[in-house]
Amino acid sequence: MSKISRSRNPGKTSFRLALVVIAMFGFGFLMVPIYNVFCDITGLNGNNKNTNTVASNVDYKVDENRTIKVQFMSSLNSGTRMDFKPEVFEMEVHPGRVYTTNFYARNPHKLPMIGQAVPSVQPAQASLHFHKTECFCFTQQKFAAREGRDMPVSFVVDPDIPEDIETITLSYTFFDITHTAKNSEQNKLPDGG
Amino acid sequence: MSAVMADEHHEEHPKGITRWLFTTNHKDIGTLYLFLALIMFFIGGFMALIIRAELFQPGLQVVEPQFFNSMTTMHALIMIFGVVMPAFTGLANWLIPMMVGATDMALPRMNNWSFWILPFAFTMLISTLLMDGGGPAGGWTLYPPLSLQTGTALPFVIFSIHLMGLSSIMGSINVIATILNMRAPGMTLMKMPLFVWTWLITAYLLIATMPVLAGAVTMLLTDKFFGTSFFNAAGGGDPVLFQHIFWFFGHPEVYVLILPAFGVISQIIPTFARKPLFGYSSMVYATASIAFLSFIVWAHHMFTVGMPLAGEMFFMFTTMLIAVPTGVKVFNWVATMWRGSMTFETPMLFAIGFIMMFTIGGFSGLMMAITPVDFQYHDTYFIVAHFHYVLVPGAIFSIIAAVYYWLPKWTGHMYNEKLGKLHFWLSTIFVNLTFFPMHFIGLAGMPRRIPDYSLQFVEFNQIATIGAFGFGFAQLLFLYIVLQTVRGGQKATDQVWEGAHGLEWTLASPPPYHSFTTPPEVK
Amino acid sequence: MKECKSRILAGLILALSTPLVWAEYELNLRQGVTDISHQVYDLHMMIFWICVIIGAGVFGVMFYAMFKHRKSKGHEAAQFHESTTVELVWTTVPFLILIGMAIPAAKTLIAMEDNSAADMTVKVTGYQWKWQYEYMDGDAKGVNFFSNMSTPRDQIENRAEKGENYLLEVDNPLVLPVGKKVRFLITANDVIHSWWVPDFAVKKDAIPGFINEIWTKIDEPGVYRGKCAELCGKDHGFMPVEVVALEEHKYLDWVAEQKAAGQVAAAEADKEWSKDDLIAKGEGVYNKNCASCHQPTGAGLPGVFPAITGSPIATGKIEDHINMVMNGKVGTAMQAFGAQLGDVDLAAVITYQRNALGNSVGDVATPQQIKTKR
Repeated sequence: MSKISRSRNPGKTSFRLALVVIAMFGFGFLMVPIYNVFCDITGLNGNNKNTNTVASNVDYKVDENRTIKVQFMSSLNSGTRMDFKPEVFEMEVHPGRVYTTNFYARNPHKLPMIGQAVPSVQPAQASLHFHKTECFCFTQQKFAAREGRDMPVSFVVDPDIPEDIETITLSYTFFDITHTAKNSEQNKLPDGG
Repeated sequence: MSAVMADEHHEEHPKGITRWLFTTNHKDIGTLYLFLALIMFFIGGFMALIIRAELFQPGLQVVEPQFFNSMTTMHALIMIFGVVMPAFTGLANWLIPMMVGATDMALPRMNNWSFWILPFAFTMLISTLLMDGGGPAGGWTLYPPLSLQTGTALPFVIFSIHLMGLSSIMGSINVIATILNMRAPGMTLMKMPLFVWTWLITAYLLIATMPVLAGAVTMLLTDKFFGTSFFNAAGGGDPVLFQHIFWFFGHPEVYVLILPAFGVISQIIPTFARKPLFGYSSMVYATASIAFLSFIVWAHHMFTVGMPLAGEMFFMFTTMLIAVPTGVKVFNWVATMWRGSMTFETPMLFAIGFIMMFTIGGFSGLMMAITPVDFQYHDTYFIVAHFHYVLVPGAIFSIIAAVYYWLPKWTGHMYNEKLGKLHFWLSTIFVNLTFFPMHFIGLAGMPRRIPDYSLQFVEFNQIATIGAFGFGFAQLLFLYIVLQTVRGGQKATDQVWEGAHGLEWTLASPPPYHSFTTPPEVK
Repeated sequence: MKECKSRILAGLILALSTPLVWAEYELNLRQGVTDISHQVYDLHMMIFWICVIIGAGVFGVMFYAMFKHRKSKGHEAAQFHESTTVELVWTTVPFLILIGMAIPAAKTLIAMEDNSAADMTVKVTGYQWKWQYEYMDGDAKGVNFFSNMSTPRDQIENRAEKGENYLLEVDNPLVLPVGKKVRFLITANDVIHSWWVPDFAVKKDAIPGFINEIWTKIDEPGVYRGKCAELCGKDHGFMPVEVVALEEHKYLDWVAEQKAAGQVAAAEADKEWSKDDLIAKGEGVYNKNCASCHQPTGAGLPGVFPAITGSPIATGKIEDHINMVMNGKVGTAMQAFGAQLGDVDLAAVITYQRNALGNSVGDVATPQQIKTKR
C-alpha cells in the first residue's frame, strides 16, 4: 500500500521503545537504592547508613576547644504505647570523644512486644558526622510483658564536622512491630508469645 | 471532488458497534478518545461542582469530610488521566497521520487496545466510590502513609492507574513509531508541524515517566499487602522517598499536559494571523529544553519536607530556569501575531485566551519557584489557582480551540460561529470568576483540600463557586455545538480556514477513511 | 480584555456583597511578625511587581497587534518569521532578570535555614487530628500538652452561629515568649502533617519517624493562627494551630501556672470519682478525642470507623475496653490514647462510652484502675 511503511520499520522502533519502558519501570525501583546512597553521601533525610550501623573506626583526636550540644528526643508512632524517654535531654560534648547515654523504655502491656526504634538526626548534614558505636536502634528490641530497661547509645561526633553546626538533635521514634515481626523465625518472642 | 475520491476507495469497514469495538482506524480511535474525554470531563466537572457547592459557605452542608476528600482526589485523577491526556491522544490520533502524510498510525491494532483499556480503567476507578471505606481520599498524589489508610479501594485504584499508564505508554509508542517511520517523502523533522513536534517530545516524556509512576504505586501496593517497607520508617524506609519518586514522574507529567497544548496554539495562531509562525526552530528547541528541565526540578513540589539548603537552592534555580524557554514560546506567539492580518474566529479566541491565562498561571508558577516564598504558598489555594490557570484556561482551552479548529475538517461541517463565540466568552468570564479569587484566598492563608474554612475566606469562595457553576453549565453549550456540527451544518471547504497551511488541509473535508494512500510530496 | 472584565465583575460583586462584619478579609500575603516573614513578604511583592510589569509589556504588545493588525482594518500580513537578534534578546534578558530575583531569594533562604543559637526548643508532633507541644528545655521544660480544635460541632454543622475564630481556635494554644529564638522540632505520629503559622512564615512537614527543624523569633505579642497544611485525612481542615506570644514576664507566669496545673491533675487522679461525675467528664473527653471518627452519637462511619453504640468492645469486658482505648489497634486509625490522656480522662471516657451513647453496661472504670495498667 504505502512505500514508506515498508522502507522504515515501526516494529523496530516500538521494540526499542518498549525496552525503554521496561528500563524506566526498573529505574523507578532503582530510585530506592539511589535515594539511600544519596542520603548516605549527603545526609539528605537525617537517617542513613551512618545512623543505622555501628561505626567501625572512631579513633579520633579529641577537640577540647570545641563543644557541641547534642539533644535527645523520643517519639512513639501511632498504635505504639510504651514508656520511652531519654535519660537527659541534652549533653555538651567535645568532638572526637565517645559518650554514652541511656534511653529508658518500658513495655506496659500484659503481652511481650517487639519494637524498632528509628533514628533521625537534625540538621541532616550532621548525620554524616555523628557516629554510633552502640545503639538499640541497630536491632529490633524485644520486651517481655511489663519489662522496662535502660538502653544505651554510645556516640562520637567527628571532629571534622562543619564549623556552623552547634546543635545536633538525635531523635528516636519507636514503632511497635510485634505483628509484622512475629512471622519471621529469628524473631521468636522472648517468652513464648 | 476529493469527497468522491474517498468513496471510490470503498474502504470496507463494519458498521454499528463492532466498527468502534474492533476499529484500527486512526480517525475512529481519535473520535473514541475525544468522546471518552468529553464524558469524563462532565463526570470530573460534576465532582468539582460538589466540591464548590460544599465550599459555597463555611460549615458542613453538602458532603462529609471523607467524601469531600474522595471528590478532590477523584476529580484530579479523572481530569488528568481521563480528560486532558485522552483528549490529547485523541487529537494525536486524528491529526498526526494527516499532518505527516501517512495512511494511518504505525501500529493500528495496538492503537485499538490502548483505547479500549481506558473505559475499563475508569469504570474501576469510579466504582471504588461504592466500596467499603469509600474511594481514595488521600489526594491524587497518593502520599503514604495517608494513602495506605485507604479501605478496600486501594488495590483497585492502583490497578486502574496501572491500566491508565499502560494505555498512555502504548499510545506514546504508537505516536513515536508513526512520526519516526511514516512521514511522507520530503517531510524532514524540521519541517514537521509544531503539533507533531510537541507530541513527539510529549510521547518521550510519557515513556520515560509513566513506568516510574507504575513502579511507585506498585511499591505502595507491596507496602500495604506484602510487608515491604519502601515508605515505612519502621522498616528502614522513608515516606518522603515516595514523594521524590512520584514527582520525578509528576513534574514531567505536568508538561505532558501542556506541551501538546503549545503545539495546538502554534498551529492556530499562524492560521488566523495569516503569517508563518515566528521562530519555528526556537519553538522546537524551547519545547525540548522544557522537557529536559522537567526532569531536574521535581523537588520544588516538596520544599517543605525539609531538604538541606543546597537541595533547596538547586531546585529553586532550575525551576526558575524553566521561565526562559516558556517565555520564549509566549514571545514567539505574540511576534507571530505582530503585523499579521488577524481575524478572530472561535479557535483564535480560545488560543488568545490560552496565551493570556496560561501566562498568568506561568507567572504564579515563577513566584512559587522562589523557595522562601513558596513556604507560604505551599499547599494553599494559591497553588490551586496556579495549576488550574495552566490546566483549565491552559490545557482545556487549547483542546477546545483544537476541536473548533479541526472539527470542520473532521466532520465536513462548519460549527455555529455565533454559538462558538458565546461559548468562548462564557467560558472565559466564568473561568476567571472561578479561579482568580483563589489567588487571594490562598495568599490570605486558606489551605487546599479542606471541606470547611474560616470566616475571612467567605466572599471569595462564594464568587469561585458561582464561577464554577457558570463554567460547568457553559460547557453544555460546547457539547451542543459539537453534536450539532457532527450531525450537519454548512459544508466546510477542504481548506476550511483562509490562512491554514499543512497537509491535513489538502485532504477532503471530511477526510477519506485512510488518510494518504499515496504519500504526498513535501517540498 | 476579557481578563479585566471578569476581574472588574469580581470586584463589583465583592464590593456589593461584603458584609461589614467580615471586613477583615484579606487579599495578600500577611506581612507577619518576624524578621523572616517581612523578608518573605518583600520578596513576594518584588516578584509580583516584576511579573506585573512583564505581563503588562507582553499583553500590551499583543493587544496593540490585535487592534491594529486585524484583517477587518485592511492590515496586510507581513511575512517575517525569524530574527536571531530578537530571539537572543528575549532569551538573555529574562535570564538576567531571574538572576536578579535569585540573589535576594537565596539570602532569605539561608537566613531561614540557620537554626543555630536557639534560646529554647519546642517539639511539635502532628496527630490525626491535633497537635502536641512539648517544651524540651528552658523555663517551661517538661510542659507537655495536646492542642485540639475548640470550635464546637454545633457551629460546624450550622446549628449555632459561627464565632469570630471559627476553625482557628484551640483549647490549649502554644505559648511562646517574644524576642526569643524558638527552635521547633517537628515530627508526626501517624501520617504526614504540616505545621504552618502564616505570620511567622513557618511551614514545615511533620513526617512520622523523622524530625524536621525550623525556627522563629516573634517580634510582637499577640495571637497568631494557622492550620495544618498537608492533607492528613478526614479532619485535615479541623486541626488549627494557635500560638500566643507573650512578653517574657507574662510568659513566665504562664509557665508557673502550667506547672501548678500539673500537680492539680495528679491530685485529681487520687480522689474518688462517682459514676455520674465520670460520665459528665467523659462526655467532654469523648467529644474532643473520639467524636470526629466514632461520631458524636457513637454511630461511627460504616466501613471506616466502627460504632461505639452496641460495639462488642464497649459493651464487653471492661478489661478489653480499657486495653483498646489505651493501646489502640495497630494498622488502623485507632490511636493509643494511653500515651495521650491522663488517668482521669481515660477512666471518664471509658465510663462514658459504657453508660451513654445508647450503651448501658453499668460498670465504671476508675482512675486507679487505669493507673495499674500503665
